[in-house]
Amino acid sequence: MPSYLFWLFSTVMLIGGVSVIAFRNPVSSALSVVTCFVGLAGLFIGLSAFFVGVIQILVYTGAVMVLFLFIIMLLDLKDEEKAAKPLLPIAAGIALVAAFTVQLIGILSRTPNVIAPNLDKETLAAAASGFPATSKIATTLTQGKLPDVHLIGHTLFTQYNLPLQILGVLLLVATIGVVILSKRQAD
Amino acid sequence: MAVVKLQRPKLNFGEKIYFGALIKGFFLTMTHAVKTLRGKSVGADELASSGLGVTMQFPEQRWDEHLPEYYRGAPALVTDEQGRERCVSCQLCEFICPPKAIKIVPSEIPSDDPWAKVEKRPLEFEIDMIRCIYCGMCEEVCPEQAIYLRKDYLITGLKRADMVHDKKKLYEIGGTRVGLVNKWNELK
Amino acid sequence: MPELIFQIAIIVAKIVILTFMVVLPLVPVSVYFERRFSAVIQDRVGPNRVGIPLTLFGFKKDFHFFGLIQPIADGLKLFLKEDFTPAHVRKAFYWMAPALTVVPALITVCVVPFGSPISIFGHTEKLVIADLDIGPLFVFSVASLSVYGITLAGWSSNSKFPFIGGVRSTAQMISYEIALGLSIIPVIMYYGDLNLSTIVQQQADHGWLLLPLWGHDADHTFTSKLLFWFPAAIAFLIFTISIFAETNRMPFDLPECETELVGGYHTEYSSMKFAMFFMGEYAAMVIGSALIITLFLGGWSIGFGLDAMVANLHIGDFYFGGLIHLGCFMTKLIGFILFFILVRWTVPRFRYDQLMKLGWVVFFEAALINVFLAALIVAAPQLKGTIIGIGAVLLVIVTAAVIWVAKVSEETPKVLRA
Repeated sequence: MPSYLFWLFSTVMLIGGVSVIAFRNPVSSALSVVTCFVGLAGLFIGLSAFFVGVIQILVYTGAVMVLFLFIIMLLDLKDEEKAAKPLLPIAAGIALVAAFTVQLIGILSRTPNVIAPNLDKETLAAAASGFPATSKIATTLTQGKLPDVHLIGHTLFTQYNLPLQILGVLLLVATIGVVILSKRQAD
Repeated sequence: MAVVKLQRPKLNFGEKIYFGALIKGFFLTMTHAVKTLRGKSVGADELASSGLGVTMQFPEQRWDEHLPEYYRGAPALVTDEQGRERCVSCQLCEFICPPKAIKIVPSEIPSDDPWAKVEKRPLEFEIDMIRCIYCGMCEEVCPEQAIYLRKDYLITGLKRADMVHDKKKLYEIGGTRVGLVNKWNELK
Repeated sequence: MPELIFQIAIIVAKIVILTFMVVLPLVPVSVYFERRFSAVIQDRVGPNRVGIPLTLFGFKKDFHFFGLIQPIADGLKLFLKEDFTPAHVRKAFYWMAPALTVVPALITVCVVPFGSPISIFGHTEKLVIADLDIGPLFVFSVASLSVYGITLAGWSSNSKFPFIGGVRSTAQMISYEIALGLSIIPVIMYYGDLNLSTIVQQQADHGWLLLPLWGHDADHTFTSKLLFWFPAAIAFLIFTISIFAETNRMPFDLPECETELVGGYHTEYSSMKFAMFFMGEYAAMVIGSALIITLFLGGWSIGFGLDAMVANLHIGDFYFGGLIHLGCFMTKLIGFILFFILVRWTVPRFRYDQLMKLGWVVFFEAALINVFLAALIVAAPQLKGTIIGIGAVLLVIVTAAVIWVAKVSEETPKVLRA
């Protein structure tokens, strides 16, 4: 990714993130989160992770945040806008950010500074040897393109097959639980 | 009021699937579309359509020869066979007019006039066509049969003043009408 | 460096030509079609007057041309109207909302393949703005952003009818996005690719998804294609109907249901801001049609094995087959827009609970089962007979269970009786 695009999207993200807490109006805050997510998706796409970037928009921006907004709009916002910010949550927030920063610095300082391989034709073609020659992944890799969707699918269903199944069962349980809870309340 | 509890109809599988009704609907609308394009819509002939649907396309085609007998157009004053105005300025139409569109200024007929027995004639007679609702009450109420609803329907004007029909205009629209004359009758 | 500038120039040219000269004019044109077609359905004439007023310049007759200038007159009218901002709105969001509906609809144009590549002076150019490897997903994700415009419009208007409209549209779009996304998974599994250009190329070579009548070979046998026709048809149905709901078109246009909500989310809008919502709706319709055509009806391909021949047509160095394909694509697009219009003037509006039930109880489950069915059919050649049998039995059991659950959930709406 050209570095100016990286700076652009990180600036968008930072502005979004800061304005989440700076705005008093919850709807503005929610939209700032959306801006932040769009910037994040831009960063993903810049790293050639098209699928992750698009899913980021599709799931978080297009569904989760819409539901957030939906709920916020149904609430009465007037009190929220006038309320003075209490000290305790602010202090807790700052503490959290500080802890996270320390952790990040700790991890980054231990990570060896290795430049990631370029995604040029040679590296991709070399990577193709790890897959069956006639498979879609191998053919796309030899063409010099990154089949990120296929790669994610391949990794999920070979390396992480059991966790994926467990995750599916968990989600199913959660869905059934929600249905049962809402049904009981309705009755 | 008694509450009538309606039993919702029990739908069978085909009706629940909904596609049958959808396709029927498409056929219905498409039949209409094709008929319209061929100028064969139901009622196209009676309504003198332009060949597209049942619509008559106005400035080129006119209602004139298709107007029914009972059509109520612009109200107008009429004269009798001798060209005398029939109106005797009794102001009944002015009183009955629901939207108060009619304004009459009566004038006395001087006693030396041969028609002194008629007593009054309208000096001014104005119908505000912006207010007129074409109800025909004036025609109904007139004892002298002096005001009639004509078949004129193109009442247009560029100003409000254009839309007020004065006496001259009203006679121009009305023309002559043969038949019973009461007060303006020499014999009575 | 000159190469980079050349590339950027080509991209800008593609954006200008394909978005602003091909798709955007389709919006007023489809409005015109809508008015004329609805008139014809209702035994009327429709706007057939606005043309070039030659009589103003002393000619004998005006040049009406079926009233095709009507959209321009409509646009001009909206442009010249007073742009009124009510005092009670939340200004910033009120101004943002129309843009948020139009922009996503127009961005999604960039992955739609409009035709086969055009070649001139040995330089080949694809008739697609961005040849992304995640085409349909990109369309869904960007289109899902347009819900913000409608929601914000409803909320920022600060009055009850727009608000109800906005809330309705949010719930509706989120519900149908799920069916929309699930319904095309069989198609993507079949092609094994998310690139729309490749999908269309495959359809041109081996028969459209819903019309697999040509281009049989060892990998694409006629029986396998016919077998896949069933999940494809189910996917097509679900996808088309979900697109109707996504674009807030007639049988599902509850966000702007006039009989209940005045004008829905754009009640408080006037002039060009209203026109933006209008444009957004029609642009979404155009893009939705384009996506359906691309995925199921062969995109730009003419079909019947003619595409390779057409693609090879050339005058000297100029291979212009792509332009013919562009024409074919536009024909299909307009045909599908006419279908959209026909549906609007045929089908009455659904009730809101019917809409939600259709989305969550019928389409969601049907799309899920369809994924299993398609997976079974796609994988069948590589599997043993017993495994296919077990899969089929499982599929039948799951289907029966889902239908049973749907039936049971239908029976006792106790709360509503209260």
